[in-house]
Amino acid sequence: MSDTFETKTPNRRAFLRGAATAGVGAFAAGSAGAQTPDPLITETQEWAQSFGDGVDATPYGLPIKYEDDVVRRNVEWLTADTVSSINFTPIHALDGTITPQGCAFERHHSGAIELKKEDYRLMINGLVDRPLVFTYADLERFPRENHTYFLECAANTGMEWAGAQLNGAQFTHGMIHNMEYTGVPLRTLLEEAGYETAGKWVYVEGADASSNGRSIPMEKALDDVLVAFKANGEALRKEHGYPVRLVVPGWEGNMWVKWIRRIEVMNAPVESREETSKYTDTLANGISRKWTWEMDAKSVVTSPSPQSPIKHGKGPLVITGLAWSGRGAITRVDVSKDGGKTWETARLAKPGEKMALTRFYLDVDWDGEDMFLQSRAMDETGYVQPTKTQLREVRGLNSIYHNNCIQTWWVRPNGEAENVEVS
Amino acid sequence: MSKFLKSISVGAIVTTLAMPAVAQTYGLGRAALPEEIAAWNLDVLPDGTGLPEGQGDAIVGEEIFAAKCAACHGDFAEGIGNWPKLAGGMDTLDHEDPLKTVGSYWPYLSTSFDYIRRSMPYGDAGTLTADETYAIVAYILYSNDLIEDDFVLSKETFLDVEMPNADGFVLDDRMESEVAMWSGEPCMTDCKDSVEVTMRALVLDVTPQEETTEAAAEEPAAAAEPVVAETQEEPAPEPQPAPEPEVAAVDPALIAAGEKVFRKCKACHQVGDGAKNRSGPILNGVIGASIAHIDGFKYSKAFKSKAEEGLVWTDETLAAFLAGPKKYIKGTKMGFAGLKKDADIEAVIAYLATFSEK
Repeated sequence: MSDTFETKTPNRRAFLRGAATAGVGAFAAGSAGAQTPDPLITETQEWAQSFGDGVDATPYGLPIKYEDDVVRRNVEWLTADTVSSINFTPIHALDGTITPQGCAFERHHSGAIELKKEDYRLMINGLVDRPLVFTYADLERFPRENHTYFLECAANTGMEWAGAQLNGAQFTHGMIHNMEYTGVPLRTLLEEAGYETAGKWVYVEGADASSNGRSIPMEKALDDVLVAFKANGEALRKEHGYPVRLVVPGWEGNMWVKWIRRIEVMNAPVESREETSKYTDTLANGISRKWTWEMDAKSVVTSPSPQSPIKHGKGPLVITGLAWSGRGAITRVDVSKDGGKTWETARLAKPGEKMALTRFYLDVDWDGEDMFLQSRAMDETGYVQPTKTQLREVRGLNSIYHNNCIQTWWVRPNGEAENVEVS
Repeated sequence: MSKFLKSISVGAIVTTLAMPAVAQTYGLGRAALPEEIAAWNLDVLPDGTGLPEGQGDAIVGEEIFAAKCAACHGDFAEGIGNWPKLAGGMDTLDHEDPLKTVGSYWPYLSTSFDYIRRSMPYGDAGTLTADETYAIVAYILYSNDLIEDDFVLSKETFLDVEMPNADGFVLDDRMESEVAMWSGEPCMTDCKDSVEVTMRALVLDVTPQEETTEAAAEEPAAAAEPVVAETQEEPAPEPQPAPEPEVAAVDPALIAAGEKVFRKCKACHQVGDGAKNRSGPILNGVIGASIAHIDGFKYSKAFKSKAEEGLVWTDETLAAFLAGPKKYIKGTKMGFAGLKKDADIEAVIAYLATFSEK
C-alpha cells in the first residue's frame, strides 16, 4: 500500500513530443493567405460521399479515435504499484467544467473493485437509535438531490513543493475532477437511523480491501455530504466507487469514500491510517497539521501549457484555465503574462458555484514573445491564492498535501510551454 | 391521476403522524443484526476501544512478518523500493527529507492495529487473526526499538506503549495562520521588479514520456492512424506462433479460474504484455523455463543454487512450490504462504501457461 510521493533524481529523457513539435509548420492550408485552393474544399471527400456508422455501431460510445490522446495518465515512479496508486485527468485537453467520467482521475488503495448493486449493503451503526442496513434499492427510495462539486486529491500538485518537477498541467494539477452527482443527503440517512446527540463524528468506511476509512465531524455530515450513486447522469464508474460513494463537498478527495459500506456515529474520531499517517501536513519544524480537510482556493492555466502548446503563432489566443475553492464559490481569477508583475482579470465562463470548478478565459492578441503565464484565484471568503514562495514561508517543503500555489508556465516564442518557477 | 395524488397525500399524512416530530423518516432499510455489526465494526480507537482478545510478541511476529509482510516491507520493516518503510526515521521529521514510519510518525498505536487487521496483508486483506495482528504490530514496534522482544502486546498492555510522535500534531490552523494573511485586494500592477526563472521542470526531466503526437502534429491531414497512447518503453510483443499441435486443448474455464487465483499473486508478479519485474519477477514463459530465468531480477541465493542444480519449472515442480513455497525451496524470498487447494494450483498453472512468450 504505497502512496508515498517520491522525488525523482534527474535523468535525461526526451521532452514531451507534443510540445517539441509545437508551433512548427502549423500554417496549414485554409488559414489566411492560402495560395492554392484547399482540396478539402475543392475535392469531394470520402465522408461527404458515402456513409458513416449506423446507429447500431456503438450502443455506448467512446470518443472518436482522433481524440485518443485525451486520456488519464499515470506517473510510474510515483508509487510502488498501480493497484495502490493514482492517475491524472487530462485537464490540458478539456474545456468547460464537467469532467467526463471516462477520463476523470482515479485513486485507489486496493484497486477498482467490481461490486454489484445486488451485493451492495450500507450499514449505519454506532450512536443511533436504530442500527440499519440499506440495500441499493433502498437508497433509491429516499428523496434525492443533484449537485455539482469538484473532487481534488489532497496531494494534487504535491510533487511540486520542492520545485518545478512535472511538465504538464495534467501531471501538476490533474488529481481533480468535477461532476454532477445524484444522491441522498447523508443527513437523511442519519435521521432515518435516529442519530444520537452524543454523536459528534461519523466514521465512513469503504467495502474494498483497503477498507479506507475517515472520520467526518457531524456538523459537516449534516450539512452537505451526499451518498451518491450517479455522476454526470449515469451510474458511477467502478473506478469512482460504483455503485455508491460519498461526496464531501470542498473537502479532500480521500474523504469521499468509494464503495461506501458503513457509517458509524461516534463520539470521537477513529484516527485511522488515512487521517494520521497520511493526509497530515508536516511543517518545516517537524510538527504536522491534522484534520486539514478543506481544499484551499486554487487555479491553473490549462491551455496554453506544456501539453497544450500554441500551434498557431502570434495573434488571437485563448488563454483558459480552471479555478476552485473548498470554502465556497470562485469570485474572480486574475491572469498574468509576465510572471506576476501585472495582472488582468479574466472572464468567468459562468459565475462561480460553491465547491465546483469554474472555467476562466482571457482572450488576448499574442505578440509572439515569451510569456510567464500565471493565474490567481479568489473565492467568496476574500482569500487570494498564494504564490509558491508565500506557501513555503508558512509550510516549508515537506507538506506533500494541499499545495495550492500559483503555477507558472513559461511560453516560448515557438509556442512551447514549460513548467518553471520564477522569482 | 387525481385518485393517485389523493392516495399519496393520505399516505403522507399517516406517515407524518406516526413518526416523531424531530425528523422525517421513511421506514426504509432493515435492522442491522448484532452479528452483522460485529463483522464490520472493527475499528480500533486511540484509547483501545475495539481491541479484541488475544496477544502476540515480536518473536512470533518476526516469523509472520517474514511470511506475510516482508515481500514489500522488507525483513526488518525497512521497506523495499517504493513500498512503505515501517521502521526507522526517528527525529527526521524536521529534516529536508523526513522518513515517516510507524515509529517516527504515527501518533497512535491503535492505528497500526486497526489498519493491519482490516487492510493487510496487501492482496489478502482481512485474513489475519487477532493474535497474528498483535504479533505483527509487536514486531513493527520492536523494529522501531520501541519495545523489547519479550513484550507481550495485548488489550491490557496496549496503552503502555509510548509513540514517539504522539505530540507531533496540531489541528488545522490555516484559517488563523494563512487565510487572513492571504486575503484582500491583490496587487494588479508593478507587483515586482524583475522576473527570473529559478527552476525548470525540463532540467529535472521526470515527466512521463510519450511518443504520440509528433506524427499527428506534423501531418494534420494524414489518414487517421490510431495514436498509441501508452508509453513505448516496452517493445511490442512479437506475434506468437500457433500452439504446437500436441498441446492438449486448454480449458477456458480452468484458465478463467486461474486468473482469479492469480489475484493473490498480483501484488508482486505481473504477466502479459508490458509486464515488469516488481517485488517478484515477471511470470511470462515461466512454465518450461529454468528457475531464476528472468534477467535483471534479483533472485534469492536459494533460487540461484536451484538454477545451478538445473531445476526447471514444470507443472509438477511449480505445483509443489506453490503448495508450500518455503518448504519446497528453503530460503526463497517469496513471502506468499502457498495455495491450499490443489484445484487453485492447477488453475493458476493453466493460467500462467497461457503467457508463453518471454
